[in-house]
Amino acid sequence: MIVTLLSGDRPRSPLLTLILLAILAGLALAPFLFPGVRSLETAARICIFIVLVASYDLLLGYTGIVSFAHTMFFGLGAYGVALASEHIGRGFGALAVGTVAGAVAAALLAMVIGLFSLRVRAIFFAMITLAVASAVAVLVSQLSQITGGEDGLNYRIPRELTPAFRWGGKLFDVNLNGKLLNYYLVFFCSLGLFLLMLRIVNSPFGRVLQAIRENDFRAEAIGYRVVRYRVAATCISAAVAALAGSLFAVWLRYVGPDTTLSFEIMLDILLMVVIGGMGTMYGAVVGATLFVLAQNYLQNLMGLASGATEGVPVVSDLLDPDRWLLWLGVLFILSVYFFPTGIVGRLRAGR
Amino acid sequence: MTAAPDHAPTLSGPGLKDRLGQAAPLLLVPVLVVLGYLSIGSTSSWLTLTVSGLAMGMMIFIMASGLTLVFGLMDVINFGHGAFISVGAFVGISVVLALSGWAGAPSLALNLGAIALAVIAAMAVTAVLGWAFERVIVRPVYGAHLKQILVTVGGLIVIEQLIHVIWGPDEIFLTRPESLKGAITFAGAALERYRILAVVFGLALFLAMRLVLRRTKIGLIVRAGVQNGEMVEALGYRLRLVFVGVFVAGSALAGLGGVMWGLYQEVVTAGMGEEMMILVFIVVIIGGLGSVEGAFIGALLVGLLQNYVAFLAPKLALVSNIGLLTLILLWRPQGMMPVVKAK
Amino acid sequence: MSDAILSLRGVKTDIAQYHILQGVDLDVPRGQVTMLLGRNGVGKTTTLRTIMGHWRARAGTIRLDGDDIAQAPTPAIARRGVGYVPENMGIFSDLTVEENMTLAAASGPLERERLEWIFGAFPALRTFWRSEAGNLSGGQKQMLSIARAMAEERKLYLIDEPTKGLAPAIVSTMAGALRDLKRRGASILLVEQNFSVARALGDRAAVMDDGRIVWTGEMAELAGDAALQERLMGLSMETA
Repeated sequence: MIVTLLSGDRPRSPLLTLILLAILAGLALAPFLFPGVRSLETAARICIFIVLVASYDLLLGYTGIVSFAHTMFFGLGAYGVALASEHIGRGFGALAVGTVAGAVAAALLAMVIGLFSLRVRAIFFAMITLAVASAVAVLVSQLSQITGGEDGLNYRIPRELTPAFRWGGKLFDVNLNGKLLNYYLVFFCSLGLFLLMLRIVNSPFGRVLQAIRENDFRAEAIGYRVVRYRVAATCISAAVAALAGSLFAVWLRYVGPDTTLSFEIMLDILLMVVIGGMGTMYGAVVGATLFVLAQNYLQNLMGLASGATEGVPVVSDLLDPDRWLLWLGVLFILSVYFFPTGIVGRLRAGR
Repeated sequence: MTAAPDHAPTLSGPGLKDRLGQAAPLLLVPVLVVLGYLSIGSTSSWLTLTVSGLAMGMMIFIMASGLTLVFGLMDVINFGHGAFISVGAFVGISVVLALSGWAGAPSLALNLGAIALAVIAAMAVTAVLGWAFERVIVRPVYGAHLKQILVTVGGLIVIEQLIHVIWGPDEIFLTRPESLKGAITFAGAALERYRILAVVFGLALFLAMRLVLRRTKIGLIVRAGVQNGEMVEALGYRLRLVFVGVFVAGSALAGLGGVMWGLYQEVVTAGMGEEMMILVFIVVIIGGLGSVEGAFIGALLVGLLQNYVAFLAPKLALVSNIGLLTLILLWRPQGMMPVVKAK
Repeated sequence: MSDAILSLRGVKTDIAQYHILQGVDLDVPRGQVTMLLGRNGVGKTTTLRTIMGHWRARAGTIRLDGDDIAQAPTPAIARRGVGYVPENMGIFSDLTVEENMTLAAASGPLERERLEWIFGAFPALRTFWRSEAGNLSGGQKQMLSIARAMAEERKLYLIDEPTKGLAPAIVSTMAGALRDLKRRGASILLVEQNFSVARALGDRAAVMDDGRIVWTGEMAELAGDAALQERLMGLSMETA
């Protein structure tokens, strides 16, 4: 039963199994295990980023294509929900319309970009996605009448998903309110999407993608239409990213360029995939969890370290929390060189 | 032995259609300029915009030329190229600010001296940086595009962050040296001196680059290497060495482009290289990866279009370049002047 | 053989996971033309590419004039005096004929006298001296490819199927040029499928099958023995 749910793709390492179970349990019981607003925020963010990173891994790890537009698709889903909620009005209908519209738009845009660039050379894709994504980001911040510009949009989601909605007393000291429902909506949707991704990569379609990644020339020779498979993978990946964006929008009740479209988030995604392990869906789980936790708690630590070394000129600058990205960059390069299979690859190899 | 039998040598030369096809990209620039004139209407505005479009195009070309050759020679795509633009700008601007006595003096010679020193310093630093980047970041990942993209993006982030560490977190404003401020009036249009200088300088650089590529042995090796690197090696040339040379030169040119862009904008930010890279990528794709001439034409098109559209419909300026990219790829999926790769 | 300019011993080359060369032993005598024969796909081109360093030998030695070059980089091998005419001709099509020739003379400017000799063999190159090589016909490209190898004094020429797909008149031009080269005392390792050319030019022959040399001897001996040809190459020269 569990094996079926996992599409036959077992973790293949006892330690990895343990880690995955711990993450699953931690996220499933987060509201009860880690009370407090901030930890719930962190847990929801982890859920959403697992889906986002897994959908990116479908491209990078399984298909061997680098995209810089994944945040754009993520943003499309988020803005879809935001705009629908604003124009249709508060309600589940608006959420559904926004979500579907965002996912469809993402898939269509991905198809157009894919057909344009993948037809000639896979390497065009990286450059063109970068160009298109940055153009869209600029456009979103400029069209402020529609998108709220740099300030983004605040909107109202159904009351049932907000803290104001109380449907019970307390359970283990946790308020049974709409926020809790919202969290479980995020959690179960993320779980479902993740299992769906797992199913896709373990399907015959997923196997063809991996064959193309290994040797596109041979795959073409065997008779697979490489471009079609790559474009299809791009569309699926984009649609799932948009769905993750919609969940994010429902959870945050706010969208803005910085939280959904920025290049920095794109880098975060890249790093999560590489650290977790490219081409292993479980890498997305491990990578996203580790990274989001580190982002939330390690930056404070850097602040402390920077404060402690205040007298030392360069060291203090290097440890400034604003230099978080510097260390990410270094970590990223080192991971690609010395750790290309990521944590999951290591754990499996060490079995 | 018998003499080789006579066979009438005929040159299977290109037909009219092929010749037109080759010339078509060259015609695009004047066509765009005319279209710009028709849609803008005012001669003086059009002239101003055309000069600034050409200036911008020249600067983008300077940044893009190295990138396209590096790709053509070794199939290396360097997403970190933008870092050299930023570093060049910061080094150059620091020199100009340090020489504020020269830069502020009402003497053309002193002003140009300050800029020349800034350019030399920027190119020297970015050349060394490029050499180190090739050794440390790029060399371990030859032949693996995926890893190349990932590590060069990593390199870009690290260098950008180091700029913050060295020069502080904020952008730096500056004013251009005295004699490059202001504009001259021509046919009722105000033409900024600096832009005219940039156009002249960019054009001279392009012609010099062409001369090197066409008339020197090293240029021949580079052009031949872009088409068939294996054969160049089989003739006895160390292509790796040539490649490192081109990488270093390309980095220095990116640094030069950075200084020029910084002086043009009168502000430098650590992220400017990353922003310019987007235009640079568009230029090398529409030009045809590996083609210097293609990059030149592509850069002029991007610069002109950006300026015309910014005047006509400001919000669409960046999107217009995506439109240009789309149109050109619909017309020629490999770019305007694709390099014929030997198979 | 002591007077071999080139000598391969136990050379093994892999391409991806395939073992293409499985222990090639081959000598190319100085001042002679050695034909490398065999069916398609037995490893003739791979042998030349391995000598040139384009593919790296996994095992074995390749001695050029006594020095082992098996692990040397391609440019170093070329600089030791190996002229190479690859199977696909390797023409730089965006460069003019002149530029192609200029590059071919790697150690200095083209010698006038040598150029006249080349023009004598391939008059078409003089005619199209300033044209882009990409606009030449297939035969003219092949001439240019051989002319590039002739642009400097070489110790050894590696020539891969110079007459492939060419019209008969051009084949005889090519054969004439190669004969001329031979008469000047060049050492040549020549892959050739055209048997009349092979018989006319070759001093010695080596026949490959399945990644190994299966027969070596005098070209005349092979040419005169139809049964041997049948056994080694699956077809007789006379029928071709």
